[in-house]
Amino acid sequence: MTPLLSVSALRVGFGRDPMKNEIVKGVSFNLDAGETLAIVGESGSGKSVTALSINRLVDFGGGRIIDGSISLRRRDGSVFDLAQANEPSLEKIRGSEIGMIFQEPMTSLNPVLTIGTQIEESFRLHHGLTGRQATAAARDALDRVRIPDAARRLKYCPNQLSGGMLQRVMIATALACNPRLLIADEPTTALDVTVQAQIMALLGELKRETGMAMIFITHDIGLVAGIADKVMVMQAGKAVEQGSLNDVLDRPQHPYTQHLLSAVPHFESGRAVRSDFHREETSSPALTVDGLTVRFKVTGGLLSRSPGSVHAVENVGFDLMPGETLAIVGESGSGKSTTARAILGLVRPTRGSFSTHMGSVADATDPSVQMVFQNPYASLNPRLRIDSILAEPVIAAGGRVNAETRDKMKALLKRVGLPEDSLERYPHQFSGGQRQRLCIARALMLNPSVVVLDEAVSALDVSVQAKVLELLVDLQREYGLAYLFVSHDMAVVERIAHRIAVLYAGEIVEIGDAASVLSNPKHSYTKRLISAVPSIDHRNQHFEIDTRQVPSLVRPPGFEPPPAEWRSFGPDHSARAEA
Amino acid sequence: MAMLRAIFSHASGRIGGTIVVIYIVVALLGMFDVTPHNPLQQFRIDRLHAPNAVYWMGTDLFGRDVASRLMKGVGQSFLVGFCSVTLATLAGTVLGLTAAWFGKAWDALVMRVMDVLLAFPAILLALLIIAIVGPGTWTSIAAIAIVYTPIFTRVVRGPALSIKSREFVDAARTFGSSRHYILTRHLLLNLVAPLTVQVTLALAWSLLTEAGLSFLGLGTQPPASSLGLMLADSRNLMETAPWLLIFPALAIMISILGFNLLGDALRDILDPKTRSRPA
Repeated sequence: MTPLLSVSALRVGFGRDPMKNEIVKGVSFNLDAGETLAIVGESGSGKSVTALSINRLVDFGGGRIIDGSISLRRRDGSVFDLAQANEPSLEKIRGSEIGMIFQEPMTSLNPVLTIGTQIEESFRLHHGLTGRQATAAARDALDRVRIPDAARRLKYCPNQLSGGMLQRVMIATALACNPRLLIADEPTTALDVTVQAQIMALLGELKRETGMAMIFITHDIGLVAGIADKVMVMQAGKAVEQGSLNDVLDRPQHPYTQHLLSAVPHFESGRAVRSDFHREETSSPALTVDGLTVRFKVTGGLLSRSPGSVHAVENVGFDLMPGETLAIVGESGSGKSTTARAILGLVRPTRGSFSTHMGSVADATDPSVQMVFQNPYASLNPRLRIDSILAEPVIAAGGRVNAETRDKMKALLKRVGLPEDSLERYPHQFSGGQRQRLCIARALMLNPSVVVLDEAVSALDVSVQAKVLELLVDLQREYGLAYLFVSHDMAVVERIAHRIAVLYAGEIVEIGDAASVLSNPKHSYTKRLISAVPSIDHRNQHFEIDTRQVPSLVRPPGFEPPPAEWRSFGPDHSARAEA
Repeated sequence: MAMLRAIFSHASGRIGGTIVVIYIVVALLGMFDVTPHNPLQQFRIDRLHAPNAVYWMGTDLFGRDVASRLMKGVGQSFLVGFCSVTLATLAGTVLGLTAAWFGKAWDALVMRVMDVLLAFPAILLALLIIAIVGPGTWTSIAAIAIVYTPIFTRVVRGPALSIKSREFVDAARTFGSSRHYILTRHLLLNLVAPLTVQVTLALAWSLLTEAGLSFLGLGTQPPASSLGLMLADSRNLMETAPWLLIFPALAIMISILGFNLLGDALRDILDPKTRSRPA
């Protein structure tokens, strides 16, 4: 029997001369009905282009299939070559035979139409349903992706739903016509880890229910363990390794697969934490944060009163010793970035105090606290040369740029692993990882004692991530830096943190020694967070689908939360008591 | 140098750039009175001569050399255009930057005033200002500057708002960089590209506005020459002496075409989407 999809020697190029600009260089694979193929690779490896070539959406991005064939066995049994097909016949296939979900649910839906209208559209187009029938079909579709209260949600516009809900809506739309092949292009990359786990669980269940085949594209090899039957690893446009899930994960043949599996931090439930630091109660902390509270007033209309304020950060306190890393983990909206920004003076705290080891109150002009931002592409002014960029903190601190400063710049550049001639170059001449090294060098120009790293490695490719983490650990040992490491990625946190504070809805729910928190979480949220982390050990693990939403942080004016009750679970591990 | 090379390897940049260079040379010659004849001297016996070897573009009703008057006029309109656009750029940049940076009430005030100014057609607003203050070269400069300030304010404010929220500005704040440093090094430096394009295009519009004002008798005053004034004078003699009309009209048309082509080319060259090297 012929497979459902058979791709052979596929070559895709871009631009005016596709032969020269080849992105996919001869990829072949087969996919049977009901099977899931995971395509793994870093950005630029051609994994998305390969998938987009299958439903020929690649044509709209300026790509052209140079060579090869993509044969799809259609519902009626005939074999159809998608590589040669014309646009009208492709339109019949997209949606009805091949469904697709994208990375960004927020931008894949039209913001001015209700989600009901958007789901109904595919029933109208492909099934000819109208009016009440279409609405009923749309409601069933939402039920199928486990959206509670589906009938009411149909009338919602996309901005009223969370990212996870929207991704469910996208899945519902893609599945509206019972496609036999679903292409999922990094469907969970933009989502929080607990939401990711739920979407993965949903995809797994739907796959079993419908018997459809799936192509799952991801950069995270840990994620494929839960869902894939077959894995294809791509690098620079070539499939360097493909095989069954267990073969690839347990017996990787190609050096690149081995590298992906070994160099990339994988979550090991606290077994891989650092053990190079022990707190001594006698030393004074490099940074103490006490009772930090940040509230943003919700603006009312011209005539209506403000309905209250968003309690973004509520009574957060911790201390940070020299040479220690405290990781602040939490999901988007948990207030972890706001905490970091408040310490740097970028957000005005409603209450709370900070002090550095000098005993002074830390604020924006305190040179002993510096920050590295998430996006290395946005945190360097594209119009300034590197020497001007590195000189900025010195100028801001009232210093002068002289031979000594230049020597310091060169020494720091060398220390972070960049060539000395970098000073005369512009940011765009550097890769993402190199730019983040530049940001680290810039943060070190004023000899800080505390560096706040706000998702500092999240925007980097996995193998680059590992190298930057290594650099950070080395720098910490060398200069005795204290790190406040804000991240959503538990695997990364495990590699760098000595202590962990878990933030949920603006409050610390659990704090303590990294090994203890990760291996033995006490708070229910921490438990949920840790069990959701993808890992290559979680083979075909099934998650319970949990549609609980994060509570709203908007509180009425004058609201004060009740004081937290803490329970201690060891010398350095405590969690909030739960009702 | 890289910029010049980029302009001249761009099709419309090549044409526009050449026109603009010629235009500026003619304007400078006119301004410093390097003309074939004295533009004010009346050659009484040679009145209304068609173009010939002595009078390249013919003579007018008073026997004045059209070519010399045209060069003088180009110089005059370039002076008005250049000064008014410079003023508008300065005012617009300061207003737009401060509106974006301080936001709130100041932003609302500045932008609403600019909206009011933008609500009037350019020439009408300029006429209004001149009607209040009285005609003259410096009044035209001021009037045109006021008319084009809102455009620069908008061109600066929009991108400034988006740059303000970029991480490198946050980073600068964490170092404690001064407001002045952030505004000049981070915001303004990133606005150079849109401003350059806008200046070039605004020069074209201001030339047209200046010609319009002079045509209506509210710009440059006789006997000084300007392109608009020459056009106004030529109206009654259009059939007997068409060269009086054709040459000033061509000068206006070609110069505006030149600046527009150059502006388009600069927009293409400075557009980050089409650019692969730093500017």
